[in-house]
Amino acid sequence: MENLGALAIMLAFCVALYATAASVIGRLKNKPFLIVSGERAVYATWCLMTLAAAILVTKLMTGDFRFAYVAEHSNQSMPMLYKFAAWWGGQEGSLLLWSWLLATYTMVVALSNRRRHRDFMPWVLGVLTTVQVFFLSLNNFVANPFQMLATDGLIVDVKDGNGLSPLLQYPAMAIHPPMLYLGYVGFAVPFAFAIGSLITRQPGDSWIQTTRRWTLVTWFFQSAGVMLGAAWAYHVLGWGGYWGWDPVENASVLPWLAGTAFLHSVMMQEKKGMMKVWNIILVSSTFFLCILGTFLTRSGVVQSVHAFARSDIGKWFVSFLALGIAATIYLILDRLDYLKSESQLESVVSRESSFLFNNLILLASCFAVLWGTLFPVISEAVTGDKISLDADWYNRLMVPIGLFLLFLTGVGPLFAWRRTSVESLRRNFQMPGIAMLVLVIALFAAGMRHPYALVSFGFCLFVALTVAQEFYKGARSISAKNEMNFAHAVVELTHRNTRRYGGYLVHMGIVLVFIGFTGHAFNQNEVKELNQGDSMSIGHYKLQMVKLEQGENENYQWHRATMQVTKDGADLGTLEPEKRFYKASKQGTSEVGVRPRLNEDLYLNFGGMSDDNLRAVIQAYVFPLVSWIWIGTLVVLGGTLICLVPSKIKMQYARTQVLGTVEKHVSVEK
Amino acid sequence: MKKYGKFAALIVVVLGCLAWLALQGMSETQTYYKTINEVAQMGDHAYGKRLRVGGDVEAGSIQRVGGAVQFVIVQDKSRLKVSYHGSDPLPDTFKDGAQALADGKLAQDGTFQAGKIQAKCASKYEAKPGMKPGQAIPNVNSGKSSI
Repeated sequence: MENLGALAIMLAFCVALYATAASVIGRLKNKPFLIVSGERAVYATWCLMTLAAAILVTKLMTGDFRFAYVAEHSNQSMPMLYKFAAWWGGQEGSLLLWSWLLATYTMVVALSNRRRHRDFMPWVLGVLTTVQVFFLSLNNFVANPFQMLATDGLIVDVKDGNGLSPLLQYPAMAIHPPMLYLGYVGFAVPFAFAIGSLITRQPGDSWIQTTRRWTLVTWFFQSAGVMLGAAWAYHVLGWGGYWGWDPVENASVLPWLAGTAFLHSVMMQEKKGMMKVWNIILVSSTFFLCILGTFLTRSGVVQSVHAFARSDIGKWFVSFLALGIAATIYLILDRLDYLKSESQLESVVSRESSFLFNNLILLASCFAVLWGTLFPVISEAVTGDKISLDADWYNRLMVPIGLFLLFLTGVGPLFAWRRTSVESLRRNFQMPGIAMLVLVIALFAAGMRHPYALVSFGFCLFVALTVAQEFYKGARSISAKNEMNFAHAVVELTHRNTRRYGGYLVHMGIVLVFIGFTGHAFNQNEVKELNQGDSMSIGHYKLQMVKLEQGENENYQWHRATMQVTKDGADLGTLEPEKRFYKASKQGTSEVGVRPRLNEDLYLNFGGMSDDNLRAVIQAYVFPLVSWIWIGTLVVLGGTLICLVPSKIKMQYARTQVLGTVEKHVSVEK
Repeated sequence: MKKYGKFAALIVVVLGCLAWLALQGMSETQTYYKTINEVAQMGDHAYGKRLRVGGDVEAGSIQRVGGAVQFVIVQDKSRLKVSYHGSDPLPDTFKDGAQALADGKLAQDGTFQAGKIQAKCASKYEAKPGMKPGQAIPNVNSGKSSI
C-alpha cells in the first residue's frame, strides 16, 4: 500500500509517454490502431493518476503520518475539509493536483472528440500528453508526494503532523487553488487544438469553434480563482487590502489578462477571418503564462510573501518553457502563409478597431505586470543590483490602463463592424455621454476632487447605461412583437443570443467591480492603543472597547476586543476583532471584525498588545464600496455561465457566417 | 495606406503614454534589495535611497516605542536596527525568528526607518516535523535524517 501511490505515478509517466509517441507516430505513419492505442493510453493515464490522487487524499484524511507530505500538511485535529484541502497545501500535492486535472481534461477531450477532427486529434493529444509527461516527471523525480519518512532505512511514524498553515484554514482558501488550477490547466486544451490545427494546416477555424466552450469555462475558473484570492487576502490577512501586486497574485492575473484578450480577439477571426496569427500567439502566450505562473509560485524565483520553498524545480520549468516557446515560434513562422488574414481594417471607429485596442491594452498591461514581477530578476542580471518595484508602481500604471479598458468596454460593443456612421454614434452614445458628463459635474460640485475617481465613476455610469440601453432596445422590440411582458422579453432576448447578452452581463459585472475599486480612493484608517472603556472614532463611526479578553484553547491562544460601534448616535452592535496565535505552527492570524454594507465596510483589526500588555492596538478602517467588488465578480461569473448556454436561435447565426464567407471569397478574387 | 497611418499613430500614442508612466514610476518607486552586509558596505551611498533589507528578526528584540515598532534583524551575524512607523498593521507572520523584509531608508544614525514590513510565512512550507524553520531540508528518504 505504501508504494502503490509511487508506483501509480511512475506507471502514469510511462503510459503518458507511450500516449505521446503512439499518437504522433500513428498520425505520421497513418496507423489507425496506433492512434487508438494512444487514446486508450490517455484513459489509462487518467485512471492511474486518479488512483494516485485517491491514495494521497486517503492518507491525508486518515492521517498516515509515515508519509512526509501528510506529516507536513495535515494533523489529527484539523476539520475534514482542511484535511482534504491539504492535498494542495504544499508543493508536491499541488503539482499532483495539476497533473491530475490535466489528465482529466485530456481524457474529456479524447472522449468528446473520438469521432470528430480525426485528422488533427492525434496532434492535440500529442501536445496534451507532452505537457502531461512534463508534469509527471516533476511528480516522479522532483517533488514526489509519496516520499516516506525514514530513519536508518526504516519507515518511521510521527505522532502528529504539522497541520495546514492556519492562514490557509479558511473556506475561500480551501477552494482558491483548485479554481486557479482548473483555469491554469484548462488553457492547455485550446493551446493543444491551436497547435494541432497549425501542424495539419486545417482550413477554417475549427479549432476556435471546438474550444470556444473550453476557453469560457477555463476563464470562468480563472476569474473565480483570482477573486477568491483577493477575498481571502481581505478577510484573512488583516492588512485591509485585497490586492498587493505580490508576485504570486501577479502570476494568477497574467494568464487571466492574456486569456481575456484571447476571448475577445477570437471573435475577429470567427466573424471576419482576421487576426489568425495573433490568436495563435495569444493562446500560446496564455498557456505559457499559466506554466510561468505555476513556476513563479512554485520555485521562489521572486521574493514573495507567500514564500514557497526554494527548489531546483525552476530549472525544469525554465527548460520546458524555453523548448515549448521555441517550438511554437518555429511552427507559427513555418506556417505563416496559411494564417493569412481574409479582410482588412477599414476604420478607426469600428468594432475591429475596438478589439484591436482592447487587445493592445490587455497585452500591454499583461506585459507591464510581467515586467514588474520579473524586474528584480532582470535588473540583477543586467546591473547586478536587485531592484524591485512596489505596489505604487503597479497602481500608477494599471489605474489609467484599467480606466481606458473600462471606456472600451462601453464603446466597443456598440461600434459597427467595418465602420460606424456618425448617425449611429449619436444614437448610441448621446444619452450615456450626457449622463456621464452630468454625473461628473455633479460629483465635482459635491466636492469630489480625486481625478481618477471622477473619471472612473463617469465611465462606470457610461458603460452601465450603454449596456442597459442594449437590453432595453432588444427587449422592447421583442415584447412589442410577441406581446410578452418586458421581464420575459429580456430573458427571451438573452436566450436568443446568449453569447452576446451574456457578454454584456460580464461587462456590467466589470463595471460593478470598478465601482468597488474606485472606493479605494476614499479609504480611511486610524490606529489607536485602547484600554477597556476607551474609545476612538473613524469617519462617522465611534468605537468603544467594551471588553478586552484573552484566553487559550488546545489549538491557539487568543486576544479579543469587543468593540461597540455607534454611528451618529445610533447603536450598530458590536464587532469582535481577534488575534490568534497557533501553538503547533507558532503562527499568528487575525480574525478581523467586518461590518460589510453596500456603501462601505467598517473593518477592525486587532493589531496586537502594547508592550506593557495593558492596551490593545486597534486598527480601524473604512473601505467605501468594497462590497461591489464581490458582487461584481458574481455578476461576471453569472454572465460567463449565460454565455455557455446554447443560443436558442442557431440557424441565423450560421447563415450570417456562410454569407460572410462568400463575401470574403469575392474580395479575395478581386 | 492612410488609414493604417491612423492606427499606427494611435497605437504609438497609447503605448508611448504607458511607457512614459512606467518609466517615470520606475525612477520614483524602485527599491534596491540589499543584504545587511551590503548596506554596511554602501557607506554614504546608502542614505536617501529606497532600500529593501531582509533578515531574521532577532528573538526578543521587538519593542513598541510610542507609535513605532523597533526590532533588530540579523543575517550571517550582521545586525541592523529597524524602526517601523507605518500605518499598516504588522503582518501576522511577523514575530521573533521570522524572516522579515524591511522597506525604507537608512537614517543618519544608522537605524533603518521602514515604512513597510513584509514577513515570510516560510516556516510552514519549509520545515519538516521537528525541525527549526530555515534549517536545510535533508532528503527524507536518505535514511539518515534525524527525525
